[in-house]
Amino acid sequence: MNKTEKIKREPLFHIVNRGRDAIPWWKGMLIRAAAIVFALAVCAVIMVILTKENPIEIYKTMFDGAFGTERRKWKLLQEIAVLLCISLAVTPAFKMQFWNIGAEGQALVGGLATAACMFYIGGKVPQGMLIIIMVAASIVAGAIWALIPAVFKAVWNTNETLFTLMMNYIAIQLVDVFVNIWAKNGSAVLSPMSEYGLPIIGDKKYLLNVIIVAALTVGMYIYLKYSKQGYEISVVGQSEKTAKYIGISVKKVIIRTMLVSGAVCGIAGLILVGGTNHNINTNTVGGNGFTAIMVSWLAKFNPIFMILTAFMIVFLDLGASHVTAMFRISSDICDIMIGIILFFIIGCEFFINYKLKFRSFGKGGEAK
Amino acid sequence: MIGFLIGAIRLGATFLLGSTGEIITQKSGNLNLGIPGVMCIGAAFGCFSESVYVTSLNGGEINPFLAVFIPIMCAFIASALAGLLFSFMTVTLRANQNVTGLALTTFGVGLTNYVISQVKSTSTFSVASKYFTTLIPFKYTENTQWLKLFLSYGPTVYLAIIIALVSAFLLKKTRIGLHLRSVGENPATADAMGINVTAYRYGATCIGCGIAGLGGLFFIMDSLYGYWEYAIEAMGWLAVALVIFAVWRPNVSIIGSFIFGALYIAPNHIKGVTFVQTGLLKMLPYVVTIVVLIITSIRNKKENYPPAGLGLNYYREER
Amino acid sequence: MDKKIALELKGITKVFGKITANNNVDLDVYKGEILALLGENGSGKTTLMNMISGIYYPDSGQIFVDGEEVIISSPKDSFKYKIGMIHQHFKLVDVFSAAENIILGINDGKKYSIAETNARVLEITERYGFNIDPKKKIYEMSVSEKQTVEIIKVLYRGADILILDEPTAVLTPQETEKLFAVLRRMRDDGKAIIIITHKMHEVLSLTDRVAVLRKGEHIATVNTKETTVSELTEMMVGKKISLNIERSEPKNSCDRLVVSNLNCVSHEGVKILDNVSFTARSGEILGIAGIAGSGQRELLEAIAGLQHIDSGKILYHNPKNDEVVDLRDKTPLQIRDLGVRLSFVPEDRLGMGLVGDMDITDNMMLRSYRKGHSIFLDRKAPKNLAQEIIKSLEIVTPGTSTPVRRLSGGNIQKVLVGREIAAAPSVLMAAYPVRGLDINSSYTIYNLLTAQKERGVAVIFVGEDLDVLIELCDRILVIGSGKVTGIVDGRNAVKEEIGVLMTKTTSIDEENGGVAI
Repeated sequence: MNKTEKIKREPLFHIVNRGRDAIPWWKGMLIRAAAIVFALAVCAVIMVILTKENPIEIYKTMFDGAFGTERRKWKLLQEIAVLLCISLAVTPAFKMQFWNIGAEGQALVGGLATAACMFYIGGKVPQGMLIIIMVAASIVAGAIWALIPAVFKAVWNTNETLFTLMMNYIAIQLVDVFVNIWAKNGSAVLSPMSEYGLPIIGDKKYLLNVIIVAALTVGMYIYLKYSKQGYEISVVGQSEKTAKYIGISVKKVIIRTMLVSGAVCGIAGLILVGGTNHNINTNTVGGNGFTAIMVSWLAKFNPIFMILTAFMIVFLDLGASHVTAMFRISSDICDIMIGIILFFIIGCEFFINYKLKFRSFGKGGEAK
Repeated sequence: MIGFLIGAIRLGATFLLGSTGEIITQKSGNLNLGIPGVMCIGAAFGCFSESVYVTSLNGGEINPFLAVFIPIMCAFIASALAGLLFSFMTVTLRANQNVTGLALTTFGVGLTNYVISQVKSTSTFSVASKYFTTLIPFKYTENTQWLKLFLSYGPTVYLAIIIALVSAFLLKKTRIGLHLRSVGENPATADAMGINVTAYRYGATCIGCGIAGLGGLFFIMDSLYGYWEYAIEAMGWLAVALVIFAVWRPNVSIIGSFIFGALYIAPNHIKGVTFVQTGLLKMLPYVVTIVVLIITSIRNKKENYPPAGLGLNYYREER
Repeated sequence: MDKKIALELKGITKVFGKITANNNVDLDVYKGEILALLGENGSGKTTLMNMISGIYYPDSGQIFVDGEEVIISSPKDSFKYKIGMIHQHFKLVDVFSAAENIILGINDGKKYSIAETNARVLEITERYGFNIDPKKKIYEMSVSEKQTVEIIKVLYRGADILILDEPTAVLTPQETEKLFAVLRRMRDDGKAIIIITHKMHEVLSLTDRVAVLRKGEHIATVNTKETTVSELTEMMVGKKISLNIERSEPKNSCDRLVVSNLNCVSHEGVKILDNVSFTARSGEILGIAGIAGSGQRELLEAIAGLQHIDSGKILYHNPKNDEVVDLRDKTPLQIRDLGVRLSFVPEDRLGMGLVGDMDITDNMMLRSYRKGHSIFLDRKAPKNLAQEIIKSLEIVTPGTSTPVRRLSGGNIQKVLVGREIAAAPSVLMAAYPVRGLDINSSYTIYNLLTAQKERGVAVIFVGEDLDVLIELCDRILVIGSGKVTGIVDGRNAVKEEIGVLMTKTTSIDEENGGVAI
């Protein structure tokens, strides 16, 4: 009786945290790659059903959509730059286990500050001066937007996820208000103020943006990996108890890190408004603030890996929309495909962190 | 004035369903930021099924009951499946809830737009909408005008309020509610007391998403009279805000939803309101929500805190 | 009176990996009886009780309830056989009322009614003399009230056999008295009660019989009335075993850290440190003995600036300039800035002393990363240090860039101790530095501590193995319930004497008017 009872109670499999025997990094990469391949296969099936075309043809079209022409390549770079910039911004906060999902709003107020500078003092001060003010204003605005939830988190432990989420919508409404104030005769649309934008290097409209973000990427990598502040962020994120033990003020680190996070978001706003659109609307950041969270998370908070994850998402987005345009299917299919790919990648982390141990008898395959 | 209040309450039903669904989900400890996407999915599949039903009649007579019942069922099931996906990712695969939720919103919005683009004739929505907006036949006299405030709604508003009240009752006064709350507050204790944490999280998330999905459907069918508009996502984020505003109580959410509805439509009803004031009014729900969030965290009253296990995945340590 | 056996264990054995937690244990408890389960830390008491309450499953042996053999493989099974366990760590939902916690998880098919539960809870409280409001929320409760809720939870489920795991560890003396009154009433009501405790006077005043465990084995069960403190202590600690730890004579000893009248009160209002006074001298190892949780952790954390102090002084005598500074109410950073060379090996190695996911080099930096004015980290020196420590302490690791989480327990501890020693401290505090380590690693640590002492460091060593304390330390401070119950000389200490001091709850001051060594 004893034996049968034990067998009956043992589940089919149980889940074991890999913990000490974590798998080597290349195996983890292999699992992630496999997940992406799987996801692409699923997407291909969907595409084939909808277009009735050869899937290889479809992927060719995707490549064409992303790299086909000079213009498309620059578009790809520009989109990566913006997404990567915001992803870099949220990373220090996430590393500290502070869930800043307010990047959308922080970037938007950064852009709003830039637009305000262009609108109010554009033409009244020398262009060089204007640019300096624009940079300062956008950084300060983004930092303030991040500082508010940070202070409440540090002092009263107010839930930062919900707080930063709400701050996004306040920012959106704020932009709405200012656009209405600035727009001529109630059109509610701001005309571009191209003459006051960031300088254009040569004839490459997006080159400066790409350079700024490339520098930021290297800078953030160095900041997180080699600076004392970056080290403190890691310690606080890993264990607050250890931080206290070695005398780190957790409150100070939370506030300081969120200032950095918000400031970089502000720069993203500057790039979008000052360096690209030269105007602003509620959709200027266009959800990149949310996508960035996934980019950063998928890259395990490593700025260099983020280039890859940001590239992947932008490539899929541009490629899929080209496919939908070429094959005359609804362009919304892109979002669905990106969603599917995200689910696969998010889900595959499970197999990196955990191991399925199957019951020792009977059939049961090896886990992925 | 009465017209304004009626409008606020009608729109409030959308917020109410969205927030009630999210409250049930959050009470189990799952922070589902995919709720805007889920509401879109609910609206899309509800409307899609409606168009299929109406088109299949080939101009024949529409059965009022089916015209309401079919989309509600489809919206509920499609949204609950989205909840199932979320639960599978976060409870079974233990993925990060924030990331999964945001991915679900991206996915849901895309799926919705695609589904709607496949509808042959969106005019069927407004045809069917009249069954959602059928009012109680009541002859108002001079002295009974005030009754309009309570009687001038289609079935959807009453359904939303009933769902909120039933949810409040279930959470507060029943064993299921007690167990659900314990799962969200302290899953380790719930587990030790023999409560199936996984089952409760799956169940609450799926049912919560189903209810929220109805909110999306009713927004199109009732508030917009069947006119499709891509504003549901914004409604969804307001519903998430309302959860905090209502301090995780569906009955408080009823009042809150009417306030949110009033703020949302106020610009259309106040004469001479400028664009700027409109923007500020629309900002108000979020500002108030933040104030509520701050006050509850400063005031040391634990009943008003978010569920202690919110956003954290639970698993028993294996030896 | 003819008493019936409520619960009987026969030949219970449980092995975890290489460690035998319980070896062929027999135990019985009668209805209407309070049985004490006595033993040192790690003697297997809690493991044994966890097998009765369904948390572990025995490798071999039988359990009988009311004379019938039963299989208990989950907490649910133990409820079924009317066994209830009150753990040290409460399993309660903070925002729920007492009544809500009590009925949580019960699915008896009856209608759910809080009002009815409140009434039934009141019925139970009246019957046994508890004092609790069923509507009160857990977070508003004191520790003793929470414990009461746990006990009622078990009674509400109809338990006839109650197991309490060190119930008095968190209670004030008055609360303890109340609890005992309740337990006596339950005994008179015919319940069988097993209480795990270390406190000798509690054993003597409360229980009917005492079962003693030592190193996983059942030594004996005796009637409380027929035994004495010294007999029990001897059974508990066993005969002295020689370990051959080298101990040198202290040289040029002088006062380094003088702690006087230290008092700390926990959030719940329980005194965790009660008028603690002692002196740590340079060039000697001061051992701290005591039952786990008697205030050792709080004492070390108070010195390190991590624990709020309510009153008292911690005076540090700086060997460089003979200045005396008070460390009270200073943060760890301020203490360091005062030039106090204090190293601390905390009990919680991976949760506090080290960051598990960081590699050895980065963990070396934890203490020293602030050095210099550069905003960037200097990884060269820590890396060299890491290599040095790996070599000198023979740490088994693939390299300096391996996350410490992946190392074995002994190697993790060597990394931590190595780092703390590398800071060239003048005071070195180590809490349970050999817990979970194999023999060889343990001796490495003992030798390291002795080497530090020979360098003139004041070493404070919190240990649990009395044999080790006696052979390693120059003096041994004994703590019981947050009070200093004695200070003995390590060279002529007697194990039983320390054992008796550990289980006392009165301080030396209270006994002889404040004469400390």
